[in-house]
Amino acid sequence: MTAPAALRPIGPALFELPIGFGPGMRVPVRVFGTEKLVSEFDDQVFVQAANVATLPGIVGASLCMPDAHWGYGFPIGGVAAMDPEKGVISPGGIGFDINCGMRLVRTDLCWRDVRPRLRELVDRLAERVPAGVGARGFLHVDRREFHELMHEGAGWAVRRGFGLEEDLERTESRGCFAGADPEYVSERAIERGLPQIGTLGSGNHYLEIQVLRDEHVFDRDLARAFGLTLPEQVVVMFHCGSRGFGHQIATDYVQSFLRDMPTKFGLSVVDRELACAPFASAEGRAYFAAMCCAANMSFANRQVILHRIREVFSDVFGRDPEALGIRSVYDVAHNTARLEDIPTDTGVRRLLVHRKGATRALPPGHPDLPAVFRETGQPVIIGGSMETGSHLLAGTAGSVASFYSSAHGSGRTMSRNRARRQVHGRDVQRRMEERGILVRAASISGLAEEAGFAYKDVDAVAEAVEQAGLSRRVAHLLPVGNVKG
Amino acid sequence: MSGAGYAFVDDVTSDIHFRAHAASLEELFGAAAEALLALTLEDPRAVAAKQREAVHLEEPSLELLLLRFLNELVFLRDARGLLLRVSSLAIRELDGAWRLEGALEGEILERGRHRLASEVKAATPHGLRVSRGAAGWEAEITLDV
Repeated sequence: MTAPAALRPIGPALFELPIGFGPGMRVPVRVFGTEKLVSEFDDQVFVQAANVATLPGIVGASLCMPDAHWGYGFPIGGVAAMDPEKGVISPGGIGFDINCGMRLVRTDLCWRDVRPRLRELVDRLAERVPAGVGARGFLHVDRREFHELMHEGAGWAVRRGFGLEEDLERTESRGCFAGADPEYVSERAIERGLPQIGTLGSGNHYLEIQVLRDEHVFDRDLARAFGLTLPEQVVVMFHCGSRGFGHQIATDYVQSFLRDMPTKFGLSVVDRELACAPFASAEGRAYFAAMCCAANMSFANRQVILHRIREVFSDVFGRDPEALGIRSVYDVAHNTARLEDIPTDTGVRRLLVHRKGATRALPPGHPDLPAVFRETGQPVIIGGSMETGSHLLAGTAGSVASFYSSAHGSGRTMSRNRARRQVHGRDVQRRMEERGILVRAASISGLAEEAGFAYKDVDAVAEAVEQAGLSRRVAHLLPVGNVKG
Repeated sequence: MSGAGYAFVDDVTSDIHFRAHAASLEELFGAAAEALLALTLEDPRAVAAKQREAVHLEEPSLELLLLRFLNELVFLRDARGLLLRVSSLAIRELDGAWRLEGALEGEILERGRHRLASEVKAATPHGLRVSRGAAGWEAEITLDV
């Protein structure tokens, strides 16, 4: 794993691979990260980012975040902005788990309050937020309601009584992507998604109880503005997406784009996994409308999960959620394509920004931010492995260099197979409990796959985005209880 | 299904890549279905043949047919809770299209009785290959987990 010789530094924690590194590149590749992180990237990250640079209509550069790793098609941690008239939309640039994302929730509880009840809390959360293969949620919706949910996103859940109006203000785009149209969603996708609202999923999805220790606060003013003010304050973070609903939408459109690319669109791509359609075509617009439906289902899913968290805490502590101060800090999407107004060399342009395993990171003063974050910048959540903790950051002015994007996680360094061969899930569980992290897992082998050593150093990723000027570190949050799929 | 099998490969960091091999195309698709089941459960042998599902698929290439077949199994797992393996299959090319017809067999997933492993989200076109060599048929496929 060595970086290509053509990779040269062009700024703080920023490198560039020029046009010509790979055949057919229309724009350069820009890689955000420290020299150490970038030197440890999979070789294929550079190849995949160069492949993305060949796509029609790509603007500026094909970007990699500091947590980038080898995915299918686009690297995970890849960002690409397309001209909506001349460019393409690619499901491989979004991911199968559409709007897989992260929500951070603060409480008025301190570690001394939670510690004696931790086992009960984790057990109850594992019961009320079902995880793993075949998990079905407690919420039963019919097809009519599911259509409303596809249109309204998190707002649907709040309207149904699963949350507060203020939760929406603290969710990216108020938990609803405009442009959703259920007409372009298959019955199969709906059938897959109907029983899954309020479920966590599997793989790297998790729900964590975390503690913020005083020495882990990087920016006290921003921490206060985000509601983090107490000593050893307890917060809850969870990571999940649009479940089988989004997976099926991606599957449907990848399969049809693969059939139609050479004949209907006259498109050829350097790799089949870059299956795409012109954004301006009927097929491209159809996928975008369906993808927005999946994004909205995911926002609704996380909103329902927040409601379950409130219920569980309320039951365990015998006080209502408001008295416990359980309030959303923020909810960010990871796997999306959105039309956004982006400053470029030729002025502000409306571009279709693909983020695959990357987080939007709006700076202070950005007009799309709600008043509550106008001065702070948008909260950015970087989820680490279940052993190492996570980071809360805030968008900064420098994020204009990344189409207002930042890292989303710590990024894998090891395949799931290799991780499973190196350690048994039971040993990971025991080791974590010895370190004071209580784990409930639907899959024991899944625990081995998610062991801390299979990931990059999350602290180094957070430091790199700060050095690159994409976001400012606010706090490092350490896990004490974990529910795993 | 003698001589047919699969092996997981250390490859794509975030996903699961496997190779399957078999003497016939039908056995190759059966081996790929077994690989999917082995990822889903800690003990795939625990899946009993309690119910059958008919399957009919058509795609312009063998590779797209394998992709569609695995994604059909993923769909049936999520939408109907079914864990399935191949009972009988026939795959043939007709008028430039590849057609698969046959029957799958298995049972409804029971959390508690079945020991869960990974939830495959989808079969992807990354590194997708189906080829015929001297030793028979081979396929490579990447699953998003």
